Amino acid sequence: MNLAIRDIRYHRGRFILTSIGLGLLLGVVISMGGIYRGLIADALAILHANKADIWVVQQNTNGPFAESSRIPEDIKYRMRAVPGVAEASPLSFQTIQIERHGKPFRFFLIGYELSGFGGPPEIVAGRGIRQKHYEMVAARAMGMQIGEKIHLGLHDYTIVGLTGKIVSSSGDPVAYVSLADAQNIQFKKDNDAIRNDRERIGANLANIQTLSPVQGKYLQKNISAITESTHTVNTIVVRLAPGANLQEVQDRISRWNHFKPISDAEQTAILAKGMIEKARMQLGLFRVILLVISAVIISLIIYTSTLDKIKVIATLKLIGSQNRVIIGMILQQSLLMGFIAYFIGYGLILLTYEKFPRRIVLEPFDMQILFVIVMAICIISSFVGIRKALKVEPGEALGG
Amino acid sequence: MDKNMYAIEVERLTKIYGKGETAVTAIADATLQVKPGELVAILGPSGSGKTTLLTCIGLINEPTHGTVVIDGTTVADEGWKSGIDLKRMRREKLGFIFQAHNLIPFLTAQENVMIALEINNMTKNEAKSRATELLTSLNLGHRLGNYPSALSGGEAQRVAIARALANKPRVILADEPTAALDTENGKNVMALLKKLAVENHSAILVVTHDHRMVEGFDRIFQVSDGRIIDEKNSIDAG
Repeated sequence: MNLAIRDIRYHRGRFILTSIGLGLLLGVVISMGGIYRGLIADALAILHANKADIWVVQQNTNGPFAESSRIPEDIKYRMRAVPGVAEASPLSFQTIQIERHGKPFRFFLIGYELSGFGGPPEIVAGRGIRQKHYEMVAARAMGMQIGEKIHLGLHDYTIVGLTGKIVSSSGDPVAYVSLADAQNIQFKKDNDAIRNDRERIGANLANIQTLSPVQGKYLQKNISAITESTHTVNTIVVRLAPGANLQEVQDRISRWNHFKPISDAEQTAILAKGMIEKARMQLGLFRVILLVISAVIISLIIYTSTLDKIKVIATLKLIGSQNRVIIGMILQQSLLMGFIAYFIGYGLILLTYEKFPRRIVLEPFDMQILFVIVMAICIISSFVGIRKALKVEPGEALGG
Repeated sequence: MDKNMYAIEVERLTKIYGKGETAVTAIADATLQVKPGELVAILGPSGSGKTTLLTCIGLINEPTHGTVVIDGTTVADEGWKSGIDLKRMRREKLGFIFQAHNLIPFLTAQENVMIALEINNMTKNEAKSRATELLTSLNLGHRLGNYPSALSGGEAQRVAIARALANKPRVILADEPTAALDTENGKNVMALLKKLAVENHSAILVVTHDHRMVEGFDRIFQVSDGRIIDEKNSIDAG
């Protein structure tokens, strides 16, 4: 006869409520793990979508995600000429926050060369960008409709397609425009600012006594062209030709001044370990604290449940019950509670994870490890109850 | 008299709690024998040492001095005899009935009897059959699936008696079995114990302070201040 099951059957209301409570706690533990994995997945989403072998960024930086990086767009031509390089495509990144329907609306904008790579990894509705200007593909998570217009910088952009769930390392949904549009949105000044800049440059040149008015006008034209140029990008992504040696290509690019080639593996390490390290440690600490709290709660539940059964245990001992019967009753209840609570927590997160503001990724390996930890906690927690039960004297069954 | 004819033999049993100046003698030099089929009472006021005597015979409390022999097996002789498995002895030779029935609240009447049998390594089916038979014989056939909370005091005590009888013990020890019952139910329980002692050929030792329940006992040991001061036949008791 299984006494643990009989006791649970009799006190099922209490057992179910306790298991639900513990399940909610474990649900938080599971979600913490899922958020951690989600952070990594988010951080690497753009990286994985691009499938680049090398990220060429500004020298002495870890750009373009961890640090600011600005390089001239025309470097792409030099990259394409490097032996072993199959493709090189410039990319521009910027985080944008505007007002939409009276609420802050934040997203990550990627500008890419339409003939190159680095654009939307998939189109789930509508179409990709075909025109060089004023078209946008938005991540589904932005909640925009095809045909909807959004005003950015000096112009309106029309949503022509939707892409899947792709986010930046900060968790913001991603939108794509052509590189030229992205550069305009980021660097193009409005007419007043341009006029103001030109006046300032003209005034500065006029103060130079050695310049003739003609020279001054000529210089002003050239300087303005440079300051008004938008042909800057954050990175140039490079794909290698089959059989090309990554290290050799990196070494060759490194020899040039002003640029740093970061391999995909290095970029992954910068993103996964560098950018989200603190968040990872914070989540890890929370998980440990919550697991300790769970262990304390399970111990207390088992201990108080054992105290409730002192007379039962004494009676069992008095009628000659073996210790294994009593230990089994306590241990099985503890394990069953942990087992049910684990699956309540798991089920809860499975049902709700898509509604979380950040991505939750439930890795089977993480879930298996957590299950083993929960079972181990249950076994350890039941020791306090078992210790108490083994100390109960059969004589305690006597008396009123 | 042949030694093996007694189910319980206690000789010069003494139980002292504590040591030195704080030592308290709960029972001193108690000697008694109970034959199979006998219903014997230990009668005395509260604190007289009767429950201590019962726990020493019930292999719960280790006697300080003296001997205890259960069904021909010496279990205590100046302390527990080495090599004696007390739990096994309690399981196989003894049955206990308590003041407050002590049924396991989360087991049905039938399961409460079955647990005593399964602990003694009986298979589930055999235990179920034996429990049903016992409870039916005690007019509880209609209460097999009821939890103790749904039973009356008298019914619960009869389930407890069935549990005590489950393994056909040679000795049944009852601690104030009628204390929680009204007079009528108490008398019914005592009558039942008398009947079972004869039918099962078990020695039944009942601890009680209730003088109303002394009728029907074969012998009564009067305990006071830790000593057996008198032994009477039931006829003399009233």
